[in-house]
Amino acid sequence: MNLLGDVARWFTDPAHYQGVDAVQTRILEHLEVSGLAVLMGILVALPLGLYLGHTGRFAFVAVNVANIGRAIPSLAAIALAIPIAGTLLGVQNGLGFWPTFLALIPLAVPPILTNAYVAVRGVDRDVIEAARGMGVSEAGILRRIEVPLALPLILAGIRTAAVNVIATATLGALVAFGGLGRYIVDGLALQEYDRLFAGALLVAVLAIAVEVALSTFERAAVSPGIRVQHGAL
Amino acid sequence: MTPGEPLIRWDWIASHLDEFAFRLGEHVELTVIAVGVGFVIAFALSLLILRVPRAEGPITWITGTLYTIPSLALFALLIPYTGLTILTAEIGLVGYTLLIFINNIVRGIRGVPADVREAAVGMGYTPREVLWRIELPLAAAVIIAGTRVATVSTIGLVTVTALIGQGGFGFLILIGLQRFFTTELIAGAVLSVALAVVADALLVMLQRRLTPWAQIA
Amino acid sequence: MNRVIRVAIPFIVAALVASACGGATSGGAKPAITIGSTNFSEQLVLGELYSQILESNGYAVTRKFNLGNREIVFPALQSGQIDMEADYLATLLAFVDKTAKGSTDPKATAATLQNALTPKGVTVLDYAPAVDQNGFVVTKATADKYKLTKLSDVTPIGGQLVLGGPAECPNREFCALGLKNKYGITFKEFKPLDTGGPLTVQALVGGQIDVALLFTSDATIALRGFVLLADDKQLQLSDNVAPVVRNDYLAKAGDDFKKIVNSIAPKLTTAELTGMNKLVEVDKKDPKDVAKEWLKKQGLIK
Repeated sequence: MNLLGDVARWFTDPAHYQGVDAVQTRILEHLEVSGLAVLMGILVALPLGLYLGHTGRFAFVAVNVANIGRAIPSLAAIALAIPIAGTLLGVQNGLGFWPTFLALIPLAVPPILTNAYVAVRGVDRDVIEAARGMGVSEAGILRRIEVPLALPLILAGIRTAAVNVIATATLGALVAFGGLGRYIVDGLALQEYDRLFAGALLVAVLAIAVEVALSTFERAAVSPGIRVQHGAL
Repeated sequence: MTPGEPLIRWDWIASHLDEFAFRLGEHVELTVIAVGVGFVIAFALSLLILRVPRAEGPITWITGTLYTIPSLALFALLIPYTGLTILTAEIGLVGYTLLIFINNIVRGIRGVPADVREAAVGMGYTPREVLWRIELPLAAAVIIAGTRVATVSTIGLVTVTALIGQGGFGFLILIGLQRFFTTELIAGAVLSVALAVVADALLVMLQRRLTPWAQIA
Repeated sequence: MNRVIRVAIPFIVAALVASACGGATSGGAKPAITIGSTNFSEQLVLGELYSQILESNGYAVTRKFNLGNREIVFPALQSGQIDMEADYLATLLAFVDKTAKGSTDPKATAATLQNALTPKGVTVLDYAPAVDQNGFVVTKATADKYKLTKLSDVTPIGGQLVLGGPAECPNREFCALGLKNKYGITFKEFKPLDTGGPLTVQALVGGQIDVALLFTSDATIALRGFVLLADDKQLQLSDNVAPVVRNDYLAKAGDDFKKIVNSIAPKLTTAELTGMNKLVEVDKKDPKDVAKEWLKKQGLIK
């Protein structure tokens, strides 16, 4: 168990908390790109998923986009994002943050979209018909009935997206981004396994922490009567 | 980007079909082994969970944590122990399928209505017969749904194994990145996604064949 | 089912016997070999050169290219996961033995290298005239701005510049470490990118770095109009291309093997190597095809 000792020593070395490569800097960079990507994913996927769920259109696409999203090789997405970012935002932005951010968005969208769709679809039709009968508008139905009932599954989708994005943001290091992936990629290149392990550990801890935070938020946000048993998508 | 380089050189694609076929073989091999072995291990663990409910907590915790470890890190950490081999790639790939499979197998079997189970017991079925002849067939649709997710994820993850010396379409992506050859990069990405779509479609057809009564999208 | 098995058995046995016998005779003369390479495109070309010349002489070659950098590939050679790889005299010497003294004389460097490799069970074969060293490169704009033509010019202004290169650069005597020791250059920041590849080029073009590590045989330098800063204090030593092979492989291969591999060295000049690099990096030809055409042109394969 030499490795664990080395890793412990790595964490207690003050040099690792200074300079460009400092632990706190890397964590913040990682959270920043992940958070922004998930936010973007929500902005794109949530309204679309809710609308499709409410109207029931494009069912096949909405349900299967999650599966296809999983299939996109993140490595390719990040590599392709380099010329895209360079062309759209100028060559000085062609490496680092922007290609990583752009490549993570298509990773965040599918779970949020599919979950939103399935969740809204899953709301009891009778309840909706009753509401329509009472004269509630379509938007009102969405806002006051479907979304509250669908909230657990929607939040589960956001949680899945967040965990996926945090894990995948490590590949950004391959396109000159910082973040915790830097420890993994450099650790591998330099064969410094304490650094590599430390990076992996930090990412896992970060992902679990975000998952727990979102779960707590969900428990607070979802009305107790709607706490539904759902599996991971 | 190298100046003057087009996004896709179609003549390169046309002249490299045999390379694509070779990489397809590597990619399929890595995927099939991972999904197959992952299923077997997950099945065993699922039976354990069903029999010993207290095992669910620790098992789910371990497989869930495995899932959050970035794939590149997991592969890289195995290298000192298992080398730059297929075994290293497979250990990682199998690990990532476990959570998905266990979730689906356990959920599928638990989803069998209690009265069906009771009826079977009432008719004299042994617990083993109940499992193999009643619960599994009824859970099949959910289990195949889980297999779809596991297969598609694995196909995506196999591309990362190129970073530890493996092949498959990830090799094209990596070399394309290193040479800044967008044609090769795009070819690798598109082929990988296409393979996932085909595999998914095949599994859907399988599910419709085996469990025509189940409507799972 | 039983009948099929019974019929098949003699064939299976025969096949096993044949392969065992076949193995015994071919194993002595031309054992199968695994050739590895690190992760930049010149290495893919070199790997293909050695693979193809051996294949055309009847050897079965397994290619394990693009494994990573030397930190990964050399241990793979030592542990037997690969039998052979193409390396560079002075840099490999510095990697294997940090205290050893390389020189600008390739013959001396090769001898020192062999001394360092022998305890590791590895032999370096004939080196080629082709040299590929670390080159430090700036854009023309940067060179004009600070009036840079040689590395000594960088010493006074290093603190304003960002260096980009492979992750191991800060630890390497021929890279940032040596720039500090020999030229007294301390950069403002170091950015780990790739091994003289497109990320480094892109970062230089995009201004995320000011000084890039590229390889002197890289065609991109001329293509992009970069300025290669002259190594006036001779930091770089003789980095001639040379294949390194495990001793236990050499023991079971015949003398034929060495002769075949060494036939490449005399014909491989820096100009030839740079030419092949250009075909791969700029014209996007496959390393496999480029290697084959070169070997044919040199009369080394048919």
